[in-house]
Amino acid sequence: MGMTMTQKILAAHAGLKKVKAGQFIEADLDVVLANDITGPVAIKEFQKMGAEKVFDRTKVVLVPDHFTPNKDIKAAEQCKMLREFAVDQEIENYFEVGEMGIEHALLPEKGIVVAGDAVIGADSHTCTYGALGAFATGIGSTDMAAGMARGKAWFKVPSAIKFELVGKPSKWVSGKDVILHIIGMIGVDGALYKSMEFMGPGLKHLSMDDRFAMANMAIEAGAKNGIFMVDDRTKEYMKEHKNRNKAFKKKIRIYKPDKDAVYDETYVIDLSKIRPTVAFPHLPENTRTIDEVGDIRVDQVVIGSCTNGRMEDMEVTAKILKGRKVAKNLRCIIFPGTQNVYLECVKKGYAEIFIKAGAVFSTPTCGPCLGGHMGILAAGERAVATTNRNFVGRMGHVESEIYLASPAVAAASAVAGKIFNPENLKKEGK
Amino acid sequence: MGKVFKYGENVDTDVIIPARHLNTSDPAELARHCMEDIDADFVNQVKEGDIIVAGKNFGCGSSREHAPIAIKAAGVNCVIAPTFARIFYRNAFNTGLPILECEEAARKIDAGDEVEVNFKTGEIRNITKGESYQAEPFPEFISGIIESGGLVNYVKNNL
Repeated sequence: MGMTMTQKILAAHAGLKKVKAGQFIEADLDVVLANDITGPVAIKEFQKMGAEKVFDRTKVVLVPDHFTPNKDIKAAEQCKMLREFAVDQEIENYFEVGEMGIEHALLPEKGIVVAGDAVIGADSHTCTYGALGAFATGIGSTDMAAGMARGKAWFKVPSAIKFELVGKPSKWVSGKDVILHIIGMIGVDGALYKSMEFMGPGLKHLSMDDRFAMANMAIEAGAKNGIFMVDDRTKEYMKEHKNRNKAFKKKIRIYKPDKDAVYDETYVIDLSKIRPTVAFPHLPENTRTIDEVGDIRVDQVVIGSCTNGRMEDMEVTAKILKGRKVAKNLRCIIFPGTQNVYLECVKKGYAEIFIKAGAVFSTPTCGPCLGGHMGILAAGERAVATTNRNFVGRMGHVESEIYLASPAVAAASAVAGKIFNPENLKKEGK
Repeated sequence: MGKVFKYGENVDTDVIIPARHLNTSDPAELARHCMEDIDADFVNQVKEGDIIVAGKNFGCGSSREHAPIAIKAAGVNCVIAPTFARIFYRNAFNTGLPILECEEAARKIDAGDEVEVNFKTGEIRNITKGESYQAEPFPEFISGIIESGGLVNYVKNNL
């Protein structure tokens, strides 16, 4: 009986030749990550454990991205605690506001995670790095503390669902639409405790930014991790985003599933049949195609986040907003994933396009996605967001609503003032 | 023995403890806002030893350990559901909030029922209805962590 990609990575990190689903193992970790919300709790637990030094200062990564730039005094205190710990422990991969980006956009860009790594992060969207062919999963602060202390974490080896991608997506369909379509199909617990493994000939039509968005939302189907087969595009990305710091000896390890790997289920996804997809309140599984949406007026559009704050997301947004205006009385908030993405937007003239269209163009932050700051909703308000969760009260008042969509649909909606199909912008003279 | 608070499926971490309160990690303060976006009256009604019973995929969403911390600090003794989201599952054990997976109990127990739980055997007794349900026992590995008194002590012993 063969192993899946995830099982192979876990076996290698547990020093075992073979693992099987259901087995408990302890795995060595290549990266241990936390942010300004989960980090302070982890630091307290770390101290309670009696640990003095982190297991490896080059493998612990701390990113204050959630309530930064500090939204209030309490947030400032939490960030201060994270900063002081980073200084005390000589953690090089601590990213202060100014070089900080949204963690899951930042780490791949900096080459901190590569194919074959085993990563835990005290943030549920840590699964994003699966796009690089790494095993990456979200855990809580106590697991993070244990990871910092020992460089190990316990796992129950997951079984997996295989997604065989075929066909080529149409013009306005992105990775976000594909993953929303899949979550709509299998549900928010459709992959509970399992891996989602993506492969197949359709892969070549998905950019790295598409794949990051898809792996990012594996958790929204309840998955332990999402992982993509490594191809030339992945290798090219890792080459372009090599970590220049010599202290980090990153080694790329490429794992393919065994020919006789056992999958609980296999889904063949024809990318050419997927339509722009929107998840209605209040669960990511409540999906409808853009053709079934109807007339839904919108108060706010949010474009960015760890799901869709990368360069291609900014490009498509700029393409749609160029020469157009955000609808009257609608707030459009654009927040890039990293300082690098921000700078590229300035250099390429996207920043000017956004501002001329009447949008807000903000520094990287998780702020609006989780109702932290920089774009909270009032009672009865509706938002179209390229973020990852549309739970009750996620972005503000409990009586507000979030519709999840791709950057293209979100930008078109910002122009139209209602949820809008980007295919129809020219047709309807917008 | 505790009184049951009952909720539906997919209770997410954003309603268990909304992000607007995550600028603190103080258990008592988190407890004051526990469940407020799904049941504003919960914090006024809950008493030490009470039990939450809910539908499938309890605790889905964020990795915030503040969620089980808030539930535990509010006085809740145990959460019973058919399934838990996996990060919440880990976090609950790691922070010492007992949870039990039992589909039958989740289906048959109603809000306000008086329920007693035996963590060793996994038996859930519904005093109000005179029924008894059997939860899945903990995997051996997890029992080891529980017996150490949580992950903090487990690591302390293994440093």
